[in-house]
Amino acid sequence: MEYESIIGLEVHAQLLTESKIFCGCSTIFGSPPNTQTCPVCLGLPGVLPVINRKAVEHGIKTVLAVGGKVHAESIFARKNYFYPDLPKGYQISQYEKPLSTGGFIEIDTDSVKKKIKINRIHLEEDAGKSMHPDDESDDETSVDMNRCGIPLIEIVSEPDIASPEEAYLYLTKLRQILQYLGICSGNMEEGALRCDANVSVRPMGVEKFGINTEVKNMNSFRGVEKALSYEIERQIEILEKGGTVVKETLLWDEKKQISSVMRTKEESHDYRYFPEPDLVTLAVSEEWIDQIKRSLPELPEQKKQRFVTQYEIPEYDAGVLTSSKELADYYEECVKYHPESKMVSNWVMGEVLRELKERKIGIKNFKIAPTDLTDLLRLIDEGIISGKMAKEIFAEMTETGKSASEIISEKGLAQITDEEELSRIVEEVLTDNPENVKMYRAGKEKLLGFFVGQVMKRTEGKANPKLVNEVLKAKLSENRDEK
Amino acid sequence: MAITLKDVEYVAELANLELSQKEKFKFQKELDNIIKYIDQLNELNTENVPVTSHVIPLENVFREDRALPSLSQDQALANAPQKKDGFFKVPKVIG
Repeated sequence: MEYESIIGLEVHAQLLTESKIFCGCSTIFGSPPNTQTCPVCLGLPGVLPVINRKAVEHGIKTVLAVGGKVHAESIFARKNYFYPDLPKGYQISQYEKPLSTGGFIEIDTDSVKKKIKINRIHLEEDAGKSMHPDDESDDETSVDMNRCGIPLIEIVSEPDIASPEEAYLYLTKLRQILQYLGICSGNMEEGALRCDANVSVRPMGVEKFGINTEVKNMNSFRGVEKALSYEIERQIEILEKGGTVVKETLLWDEKKQISSVMRTKEESHDYRYFPEPDLVTLAVSEEWIDQIKRSLPELPEQKKQRFVTQYEIPEYDAGVLTSSKELADYYEECVKYHPESKMVSNWVMGEVLRELKERKIGIKNFKIAPTDLTDLLRLIDEGIISGKMAKEIFAEMTETGKSASEIISEKGLAQITDEEELSRIVEEVLTDNPENVKMYRAGKEKLLGFFVGQVMKRTEGKANPKLVNEVLKAKLSENRDEK
Repeated sequence: MAITLKDVEYVAELANLELSQKEKFKFQKELDNIIKYIDQLNELNTENVPVTSHVIPLENVFREDRALPSLSQDQALANAPQKKDGFFKVPKVIG
């Protein structure tokens, strides 16, 4: 039987603020354990949370970027559960009246553009970090509360995602938007972006949804894709055998590439939400929304379209170049100095991205500044070096950090563009190969390639190919009449 | 009685409480009285009363995004029954 899968994603994004959502503790990542806490985020008695205005603004920015509706009034709620990294015994979140509803993210699948609708976006606080012992003999868990109270938004999608590939595309696009907005680092290794999935399958043509499971603990975008594929196959296998899927929460194990049951839903999902009495209503006025709207940066899709029209590059190029804001900025800076936009695009997408991938670094940490690259490209245009030589020089630049002209003069790499010098070399080649000259003149013009090769050999590839061709052709025909 | 023994057991489990049989009966009675007391509200006509999530007529109390000094690690861990290497230590939990 044919099955289709239905996926909804819940993404938690840490907001880039200086201080936590309800207290003044720093949000810097990687500090020694329990050095960024205070009575508020440790949940000591008698304290009052006060919300961080910037966290709210970051949330509103996201809502506007995905075309959602910011609610004029929203309230906070307590989500009650016990866990050692949740010192208050409840998480301050939003439940009945979230920050927003609606909106969508458009993804480019192989065949079509598809809108994945957003159900809601709400604000909440992060919990602390529990470190479980790897060692079986160790029976204690260590808890670091530094992360308690870091501001988060939770972005809940509608079950519009039809495959693990679409989930991957959705996450990539969402991260891109958050990074463009400058409100989330998008760094999955640091846990700045986390994702849970609700998955169900149903036979093709059946309208009723199947029983869904929740998959947690997916630590990378590829991990999400793999975990979802695994879960979909698992559910289909159960149905094929005539069984029923159990509504439960599963943990993905990246190392073993399997998921295992964490808990069945019945026993744990009674969070007893109720309005947070320590926080007052959050009211977002039209003026505030307008003000934030005006401050929104150019978003990925807009930038991509602008690149297509302004620089007249293919949509594919524009998509790659705008995949991150930093890369797009790099490209634009290059084009400023070297307006041959397609040539620059080829170099950035080819050499630059290859280099970044090999070194596993981002464009921010790339040694070669835009003007260094455009200096190199200009040398090609001026015929001082060939495209092939440029690639070698580029590799050398990334190794040593030296400029293109430095490398060229150090290594004597400049192309021979001096016609007199080339003529001399061409003469030498012709004199040394009288037989071939004769055959060429007898009509075997294919031998031109042989002569070019000989010239290149003698010049160690430094001769300007175009000029070599011209000089050779001239020499081979000018002498014909004399002899 | 509106509150059953089962309700008491369920609420106790959510609250991580272990109750003796005697306590269960005691709380069943007490909780039932509390619910009955609250139920009096149902006798009121609330048709023209707006839904309220908060009793204080205030909105938008914000703080600006500025990092302030935190407690030291020693202070943060001062009341912890168990600690090690700067961490709170708790019995092993999985998942």
